[in-house]
Amino acid sequence: MPVVIDVRELRTHIVTRWGTIKAVDGVSFALAEGETLGLVGESGSGKSMTCLSIVRLVPRPAARIVGGEVRLDGEDLLAKSDAEMQQIRGRKVAMILQDPMSSLNPVFSVGMQMREPLAMYHGLRGSAGTARAAELLAAVRIPSPAARLRAFPHQLSGGMRQRVVGAMAIAGPPRLLIADEPTTSLDLTIQAQYLGLLKELQERHRFAMIFVTHNLGIVARMCDRVAVMYAGRIVEMGPVRRIFTAPAHPYTRALLDSIPRFGARRERLTAIAGQPPDLATLGPGCAFAPRCPAAIERCAQAPGETEIASGHTTRCWLHVHA
Amino acid sequence: MSVIVVPEISARPEPTTRRRRLPVFSLGIIAAFVLVALLAPWVSPADPYEQSLRLRFRPPVWEERGSWAHPLGTDRLGRDLLSRIVWGSRVSLAVGALAVLLASTVGAAVGLMAGYYGGRVDATLMRVTDATLSFPVILLALILAVTVGPSFTNVVIAIAVILWARYARVIRGQVLTLMTLDFIAQARIAGAGAWRIITRHLLPNTLNTLVVLITLQVGYVIIVEASLSFLGAGIPPPTPAWGSMIAEGRDFVTSAWWVSFLPGLAILLVVLAFNLLGDWLRDTLDPKLRQL
Repeated sequence: MPVVIDVRELRTHIVTRWGTIKAVDGVSFALAEGETLGLVGESGSGKSMTCLSIVRLVPRPAARIVGGEVRLDGEDLLAKSDAEMQQIRGRKVAMILQDPMSSLNPVFSVGMQMREPLAMYHGLRGSAGTARAAELLAAVRIPSPAARLRAFPHQLSGGMRQRVVGAMAIAGPPRLLIADEPTTSLDLTIQAQYLGLLKELQERHRFAMIFVTHNLGIVARMCDRVAVMYAGRIVEMGPVRRIFTAPAHPYTRALLDSIPRFGARRERLTAIAGQPPDLATLGPGCAFAPRCPAAIERCAQAPGETEIASGHTTRCWLHVHA
Repeated sequence: MSVIVVPEISARPEPTTRRRRLPVFSLGIIAAFVLVALLAPWVSPADPYEQSLRLRFRPPVWEERGSWAHPLGTDRLGRDLLSRIVWGSRVSLAVGALAVLLASTVGAAVGLMAGYYGGRVDATLMRVTDATLSFPVILLALILAVTVGPSFTNVVIAIAVILWARYARVIRGQVLTLMTLDFIAQARIAGAGAWRIITRHLLPNTLNTLVVLITLQVGYVIIVEASLSFLGAGIPPPTPAWGSMIAEGRDFVTSAWWVSFLPGLAILLVVLAFNLLGDWLRDTLDPKLRQL
């Protein structure tokens, strides 16, 4: 299947008073049509920054993309002009953000907000725009879409609003959809419905999807592959099944051990010892070493990427057999 | 045997609070003054410029010696006071509306840009705003009006030059809050540029504030204009302006109180009406209170 998005050695730095933070430090991955990558990791591990770097919307002037390539259907987005990039956002790459309460403009009706990108992307105006907007709402399973177009955001529930955001995201239709914790603030039944909907839309439009989440349960359900991020790097990446059954990196193992499992009554949940690292004062070695139960001397140097099985890579000295 | 009582179910619950009542008093006064200003040539009983030294200082009709020929009396040149107040409402309302429109346009634009672009743009624009705000209003207007010479246009510009800063300050604050909300990020991700985000997303969300501020400021501008006219830096005579009318009558307050008092009363009524309307709008347009 054709590769849609190919990120190579992406680096994004944030300049602060306390030093330069390598928020994204050499991230590489590729996704084919219809494929979903789960991006997991603690807060501050660089998941969101990676996504924002792909659409080149990192918070300026503090943050800057300093290197790498982001190839969308073969074209490097980092080499595009700002005007070209504006044409790509929304049309080719869409994004769904976390907070459905503020993701719609409160002063315009749903219909008005939906017609705006339609006019911008496809030149659909007037009744053609309205008809298309209603179609999109129907596609995200919103009942009586024509009536909903007249509703204002505050008249819709959180789940409903997130569906509207989803409807706008597929207006392109996009080649790549980035979902940054889209269900975190929805309740569980609505979450399940929404995830099902995203899968369905993906099957129909064949877009590649990057799914950012804290929730490993959602990863298991939604994703084909997982990339585990720690301190701006992908420390382990592989097929979902492999990562869950044979995690290679100590951090991934710790992450999996910290999820409660139904039935395992006796076992205590294990928390990961220590605090996430301060990215401003990070040394050259493996960033996880200070918290790692299996740390060895060599961890003072950064480990390279090792392929331990087909499509399963990790950055850990434990898997480097010289 | 027991009787099952079925509670009555009404189709829709009655709203718990009544709809907010329209501010009839202030709207009435404003509408009346606007009508009078628009229809001045027809409603004014006499020519506001016509002098008659024989008819100087005629008191209003309800006083002794008053007559219906001059219902509100005459001034020191024997001009009909009612007619002058009627024509004066044109000046006050026109200056109020134009100066506020000009100031709010400039101020909102500055506030939107400062809040949207942030960084150096913000720092520069806000320093200018602070400098403007730290200047005594009347003094600045006086300097401007005197250096460029008193005229209707110059008074409007002088007032706008002072007033824009308040709008800039308030709007910028609002924009900063709005910028943290996801729908702005979402718009950017959807491919919207700076112009589209500012005009389609930021501006409409600040309109409520803008409308409230505008209404509250109309009253203030009318006072500033009156003060300038009172100080002789406003609309040049013989054009009737409420401020200059007060000034003209101030030497005769003990003998002919109406010459100063009645234009003052007109100012009071209009300003009060605009302030009440502004307060009402603020309470009504607040989205948290709107559905109550």
